Amino acid sequence: MSLLWLRFALACYFIGLVYAFVALSRTSELFSRIALHAASLGMVFHFVSLVEVFLSGQVVWVSVHNGESLLAFLSMTFFMVIYAVYQTTSPGVVVFPVVFFLTFVAAIGEQPVLLTQFVSHKGWLIAHIILIFTGYAALVLSFGASLLYLLQERRLKSKKPTSMISFLPALEVIDQIGYRSLLLGFPFMTLGLITGSVVALTTYGRIDFLDPKILLSLLMWVVYMVMVFTRWNSGWRGRRAAFLATFTVVAALAAWAANYFSAMHRFAS
Amino acid sequence: MRFQLIGVNHKSAPLEVRERLAIPEKRLPDVCRDLTAFPGIEEGMVISTCNRVEVITHTVNGTADLRGFLHNYFHVEPDELDPHLYEFRAKDAVRHVFRVAASLDSMVVGEAQILGQVKEAYATARAVGAVRGQLDQLFSRAFAVAKRVRTETAVGSSSVSIASVAVELAKKIFGTLQGKNVFIVGAGKMSELAARHLMAHGCASIFVANRTYERAIGLAQKFNGQAIKFEDLYSTCDRADIVITSTGAPHAIFRREHGEQFLARRKNRPMFFIDIAVPRDVSPDMAKLDGIFTYDIDDLQQVVTSHVADRRKEAESAEAIIAAEVEKFEARSHTLDVVPTIVSLQDHLETIRQAEIDRVRGRMGQLTPEQEIAIEALTRGIINKVMHTPITTLKSAARESEATTVVDVVRRLFNLQGKPQVSAAQSDGSEVTQEVAPKNEVGTRR
Repeated sequence: MSLLWLRFALACYFIGLVYAFVALSRTSELFSRIALHAASLGMVFHFVSLVEVFLSGQVVWVSVHNGESLLAFLSMTFFMVIYAVYQTTSPGVVVFPVVFFLTFVAAIGEQPVLLTQFVSHKGWLIAHIILIFTGYAALVLSFGASLLYLLQERRLKSKKPTSMISFLPALEVIDQIGYRSLLLGFPFMTLGLITGSVVALTTYGRIDFLDPKILLSLLMWVVYMVMVFTRWNSGWRGRRAAFLATFTVVAALAAWAANYFSAMHRFAS
Repeated sequence: MRFQLIGVNHKSAPLEVRERLAIPEKRLPDVCRDLTAFPGIEEGMVISTCNRVEVITHTVNGTADLRGFLHNYFHVEPDELDPHLYEFRAKDAVRHVFRVAASLDSMVVGEAQILGQVKEAYATARAVGAVRGQLDQLFSRAFAVAKRVRTETAVGSSSVSIASVAVELAKKIFGTLQGKNVFIVGAGKMSELAARHLMAHGCASIFVANRTYERAIGLAQKFNGQAIKFEDLYSTCDRADIVITSTGAPHAIFRREHGEQFLARRKNRPMFFIDIAVPRDVSPDMAKLDGIFTYDIDDLQQVVTSHVADRRKEAESAEAIIAAEVEKFEARSHTLDVVPTIVSLQDHLETIRQAEIDRVRGRMGQLTPEQEIAIEALTRGIINKVMHTPITTLKSAARESEATTVVDVVRRLFNLQGKPQVSAAQSDGSEVTQEVAPKNEVGTRR
């Protein structure tokens, strides 16, 4: 059943995806409202799907696909929060494709890749998953904002008057969205890594720092911290911030992909 | 629909002519009164702005010598004035009024001022009684049309002046202008205007630097701002988010190295340079810095030009709205045209009926109340049955183009006098009663 709901959600997100492509070329008040409603409806289905997964038992919860589904849901939540605060749907240009992709992969089929290792502290594990995914979602959004920032900056610098009317909010508003997501995501990411370490310690009694997953996660966290620091200390934005954000996202993706190579963080099949 | 309009605007007449015709505001009520007193004119009003002078009237029989009125009033020779005049009647006059109110006939298409000016002219004329039924309907419709054009097209939405484009760009960069600081470098008319716009949109404070310190003080006082010595320009400039510069300096005064300094001190918060000086005050390589946005006078003008073009495009859809509204207005005014005819018709037959009842009463002597009621019901019934078809035909014809023909035929058939129009309905009625009396006598003789 959870998969069925997820596919309903996917259909709704598809409208969001179309919006994301259309919004790049022209702006339509009506379409952005439609996309917003579709996305909200998708979130409802998505939530139902997640609740069913959760109720169905601990083991399924830790599958890769459910993880992706959860990440997609959290990204949408961030998007909605931003909409509530700034009344802009433009981060959707980046968020919708990411969410659609994640949901799509998750909705393809049951593929319960499970943690084979017995985990003794289930509470910690759940905390770890939710925290780290919230961090990821914030990162995705911040990354999206930095791309939009570049886009808007280019529009303003090109001085092409025709592109003046656009779907993008003001440069400083985009900047604020990015920075706030970044700030918000950082503690989640940090706490997520800490809880993850706790799970690893209690399960294995040690942490192998040379394990690809651990290594890449640490790298990601360091870049994340550098990003927050440069922004806070010298107000890096625009190209430099986008560069750092891209790097962090790549590190995050690598850390995610490392699931398949990691001996410790095992979704062994 | 016996509207007649005459006037000059920025397209038809040079400024010298418009100047001679311009009517000061306080004289407007008198002009309106004179206008309605002019032969052949029932209602009239005058719109006088710097770009147009127009006399709009509703005439008694469709034509009035409005040119004559203008010649008399302004004491100008016909050959001096006439080449510049345009004149519209009936439907064309309606269309013109709609276009003027919707700002499609303006020099800057879509500017919002004209609607307010037309409304004022209307209020003035109405106050002296020069605008009544017909012009009242025309103008209330024109205001509704103007509103429709404004909401349904983007004809008035983009900025078309340098100063407002500057504000628009600043908003694209900073979002809200609340709490932003403005720095004016080089006190000039243009920069003052831009600053005034920015302040009106919420900018917090203003700094002014000028080669002559006294002028800086003077301008700073106007805005309640702070004058800065020119030597301190570079050390204070980073406090401003928006810099408007218009010095007469032969070389750029803001160069890349200055920009780098500013950004470092501002922690890379963006800065917006509005450079309206020729030659430019901001060197082009400044724009290469992340977070610095420079627009020179040409860039701004380019935005203005493209907005003007956008407005033209929007104006096309606005014209379509106007065309549809003119048709609607015309149809509706015809619907109104038949009402007096129907009223006359009813009055006419009612008079005949009364006369006939009186005659019968004279012949038959005292009637019982039952007989009275029966006769009353009988005669009324006949009249209603007879009148039913003509009235329905009139009403349905009102929406068609043949309305006037039908009205004419009915009037001729029943020998109704007077012109078919609303304001004359009352007099129509009385004329009819006078007309009816001799006809009755004819009837008696028979």
